[in-house]
Amino acid sequence: MTNATKLLLAAACVLFLLVGVPALIAATGRNDLYYTLTSVALLSIISGGVWLTFYIGRINIGQGAFALLGGYVSAVLVTAYGISFWLTLPVAGLVCALASVLIGLPILRLRGVYFAMVTLTLTEVMRLLALAVPITNGAKGIVSIPLPGGVSLFGLTLIPDFATLENPRLAFYLASVVLMVLCFGALYRLVHSRIGHICLSLQQNEELASSIGVNIASIRVLAYAISSFLGGLGGAMFAAISQSIYPSSFTVADSVNFMLNCFLGGLHYVLGPILGTFALYFGWDLLFQTGVYQLLIFSSALIVLMLVLPNGLLSLRLPRKKGA
Amino acid sequence: MDYILEVSNLTKRYGGLIANSGISFGVKEHEILSVIGPNGAGKSTLFKQIASFVTPTEGEVRFRGERISGLSPHKVARLGVVRTFQETTIFKTMSVRDNIIIAHQLRARTGLAGFFFGTRTAREDEAAFARSADEIIDFLGLGHQRHEIASNLPHGHLRALGIAIGLATNPAVLLLDEPFAGMNHDETRRAVEIVRAVRARGVTILLVEHDMPAVMNISDRIVVLNFGQKIAEGTPKEIQENQNVIDAYLGVEDESIGM
Repeated sequence: MTNATKLLLAAACVLFLLVGVPALIAATGRNDLYYTLTSVALLSIISGGVWLTFYIGRINIGQGAFALLGGYVSAVLVTAYGISFWLTLPVAGLVCALASVLIGLPILRLRGVYFAMVTLTLTEVMRLLALAVPITNGAKGIVSIPLPGGVSLFGLTLIPDFATLENPRLAFYLASVVLMVLCFGALYRLVHSRIGHICLSLQQNEELASSIGVNIASIRVLAYAISSFLGGLGGAMFAAISQSIYPSSFTVADSVNFMLNCFLGGLHYVLGPILGTFALYFGWDLLFQTGVYQLLIFSSALIVLMLVLPNGLLSLRLPRKKGA
Repeated sequence: MDYILEVSNLTKRYGGLIANSGISFGVKEHEILSVIGPNGAGKSTLFKQIASFVTPTEGEVRFRGERISGLSPHKVARLGVVRTFQETTIFKTMSVRDNIIIAHQLRARTGLAGFFFGTRTAREDEAAFARSADEIIDFLGLGHQRHEIASNLPHGHLRALGIAIGLATNPAVLLLDEPFAGMNHDETRRAVEIVRAVRARGVTILLVEHDMPAVMNISDRIVVLNFGQKIAEGTPKEIQENQNVIDAYLGVEDESIGM
């Protein structure tokens, strides 16, 4: 595929998500799907961060910690200081990035299962912190967070006040899709630029990478910071949509799911987390009918998928034409 | 005589084990200097210390008069001292060309942000790296494997790729860790030619090697280690006649047990 066709295809997909999906939902009257699809968009942003840490060769099972942190940062800023949600969104990401630099500097020296084990504890640490720190209101959490206000520039309304909207679900859906497109666009650019090659060189051999002059310590921290930034963004959006955040909003199980989303979609493909999240989320919901067997069938299916398609769903492609 | 690389009183202890003990020697610009010694003599430890992958317990390594011991490896590489690896260490899933292109990292004139946004300098860099990679590929005779995935290369070509990765960093001193290991006669002869050609590009070469005929053939000077200490230094001819070296390799007669 040439770059022009790729761009055209991407534009068509975005157009479908922004116009086609709402039209279909309006036609079928399935308004509940908005919440589901919004969740998928946001979860895939968070998983996209995990994917980037995979790309530098680190197994990250701690993304829930940053989603939780991002959610609380935004919620506290909105409720206690009355700051506009749209301003708290990047702030939540940046706070998470900063926290991840502090945490990452020591722990990113670990590799393989050791890094994974340390990150596994992060979500639990963050949950306990949320319970203990006074500003987070303990187990009661922060509730009744006001809906995002409007943004206008020179009298021109860029984003309407969500509280005045007829259908805030649609607004959240559109905002989440736009955010997802922006995040994955940036991630795609990152991975397909020289930076992506440098990350890949780290994944394959850190010693060799440093011998050709790559500052492996700073690249590792940078990738982890971007990863956590995405986690923070997603967490903040979730807090805004559910208008609440609790210490249990993101748990260890969520962190594991973020990792699974990446596995399922494919670790070699930037867009893997989107597909993985979609498949995992809907797969789980579809199995709801099976009652007590839901988890059993679900996990068996996952194991089979990983055995049959170790490189993820996106590795399932038609055979390439010769010379393509 | 000025040395480009100077090793002085280099000592490395791992707990009670002394891997290197008071090793001193200098490397002249544009020479090929080999470090040899029996297994466990401390050659690899010496190499790791020179490339700053390991910090010496005592002593130091100076490059053009500047102390490089204790700096991180990527900084030492930036100064111009670059190592290749004993194992076939390459970026396995990348193509041969991509391996060499990524190794041009040190020549980048713009930061990561520049590459992200694709600025003019970044695009110029990319184009220059690709040209230079192609030149190195032709220079080392890897033309047929240009787009081959690196892990599919035969052994001899893997070594060449390792050297190519080293060359891409534009080093002043290239440290080659056993470049002829596991090669047959023909492959070794080709590899020796490659190393000579690399030196002809103005690169100073320091190599660790077991293959004695190749070492005697290629080296300007040789340093011999045994049990972590330097026991001899000189031209290949001097080393071949040195009694200490002969003892180290063949063993000394032990009169007490009548052997």
